[in-house]
Amino acid sequence: MSTPVIDIRGLGFAYPDGTTALADVDLHIHRGERVALLGPNGAGKTTLILHMNGIHLAQTGTVSVSGLPVEHDHLIDIRRRVGIVFQDPDDQLFMPTVREDVAFGPSNLGLEGAELDERVAAALASVEVTDLADRAPNHLSFGQKRRVSIAGVMAMKPEILILDEPTSNLDPASRADLTSVLDSLDVTRLIVTHDLLYALEVCDRAVILDGGRIVADGPTRDVLGDSELLAEHRLGLPAGLTIDRLDLP
Amino acid sequence: MSGSHVHTMYRHGTTPLDRTAPQVKIVAAFGFVIAVVLTPRTALWAFAVYAAMVVVGMLVARLSPAFVLRRAVVLAPFLIVALLFPIVGSGERIDVLGMSLSVDGLWDLWNVVAKAGLGFFTAVILAATTEVTDLLRGLEALHMPRIVTSIIGFAVRYLDIVAADFARMRVALASRGYRGRSIRAWGTYARTIGAMFVRTYERGERVYLAMLSRVYTGSMPAVGVIAVSRAQWVFAAVSVGTAAGVMIVARGVV
Repeated sequence: MSTPVIDIRGLGFAYPDGTTALADVDLHIHRGERVALLGPNGAGKTTLILHMNGIHLAQTGTVSVSGLPVEHDHLIDIRRRVGIVFQDPDDQLFMPTVREDVAFGPSNLGLEGAELDERVAAALASVEVTDLADRAPNHLSFGQKRRVSIAGVMAMKPEILILDEPTSNLDPASRADLTSVLDSLDVTRLIVTHDLLYALEVCDRAVILDGGRIVADGPTRDVLGDSELLAEHRLGLPAGLTIDRLDLP
Repeated sequence: MSGSHVHTMYRHGTTPLDRTAPQVKIVAAFGFVIAVVLTPRTALWAFAVYAAMVVVGMLVARLSPAFVLRRAVVLAPFLIVALLFPIVGSGERIDVLGMSLSVDGLWDLWNVVAKAGLGFFTAVILAATTEVTDLLRGLEALHMPRIVTSIIGFAVRYLDIVAADFARMRVALASRGYRGRSIRAWGTYARTIGAMFVRTYERGERVYLAMLSRVYTGSMPAVGVIAVSRAQWVFAAVSVGTAAGVMIVARGVV
């Protein structure tokens, strides 16, 4: 089998106050996969993704990205390969204009001039926000901010795109727009969410994290079809819905 | 999240002043204000020339008197304090409408009104014809250290968000029956501001994480600098030169 884009083995992490956030986590994500990372609040989902780009470094176990260990010496290369779109777009869009914000990552990688302009234009076009290029981020709608955040990460040509709660605060139309934009991107994806319907819609594989441990990993339909498993981990489809009653593509 | 006071200073326009590069406008405005400040207060003719220049600027920028005067409210606190000068001033006094006023105090009042007013209206012209992002570009073109332009950029970017956070907290307080009218309300407001501080600090950390995730290594990328034609610098030189000439003559005459 090919080298996984994300290869996590026996990962453990505790916060300085001693709280265990992750314990013995094994997770492998291969190129082209679309994986949902599910779990209740406080399960350790965000802590886990912050290990994938080296914001947190493994205390026990190992994390590798396309074969490169996540260690201090490789952080720039790791962060280029792993693009994270954070939950609140206002945390991510800090430059004066959309264009400058999308250029932030690639210019940190040393791109400049025409090459930088091309990279930015392509990223803006990939999420259909070219017309917003000269706007200030605080003048955008929430859905537009979300897409611009994705453009800012796509401009770094990541090998994996990680989205933290991408559907939170989106109205149904913006949610549908986001789905179609994500579908058009040719990149491996990890979506952190507790929006189970969304996971079912856009991911083939689902992983449940609870109490810092991986408790389920399999095809999304199978994982979400196990109502006992979901209930045990404080997850569940909206009342009255079961997976058999959903008419999904 | 729109309607920030930061951006209400700007109005979209296509006048020659809107098209002038920001660094040129900053130099012209700053030079003009320095000349005004250095002018002796008794050189009334000089202030008439400056006022005429400001009016020409407003006409070129097509700013309506209503637009400018609405924004002049920020001058009110300074003017209220200045109004006390003739009353509390010492030295020779004259009677005006039955009140005994200090002559020196009246000159002080005039000095504040004329210089603050001209400075303010100059700033309004600059702000109305230049977007905040362009002002940052202008400052950077003038070699303002990037750390300073970055701090200004962050402040402008997040002021709206902090203000919106504060507004939501006030709504939340009011929704639970809170009525902040008495002096005891101050304690609650103090705690609200404390909570705001913690939230803002946490947001700062999240922004920093997001920056690290996009390979931030300690220096902000340059913002694009807007090109300037020679004619624009001539405009700046003529504006500042005229004001400086008037100032020099005024200082020599008085």
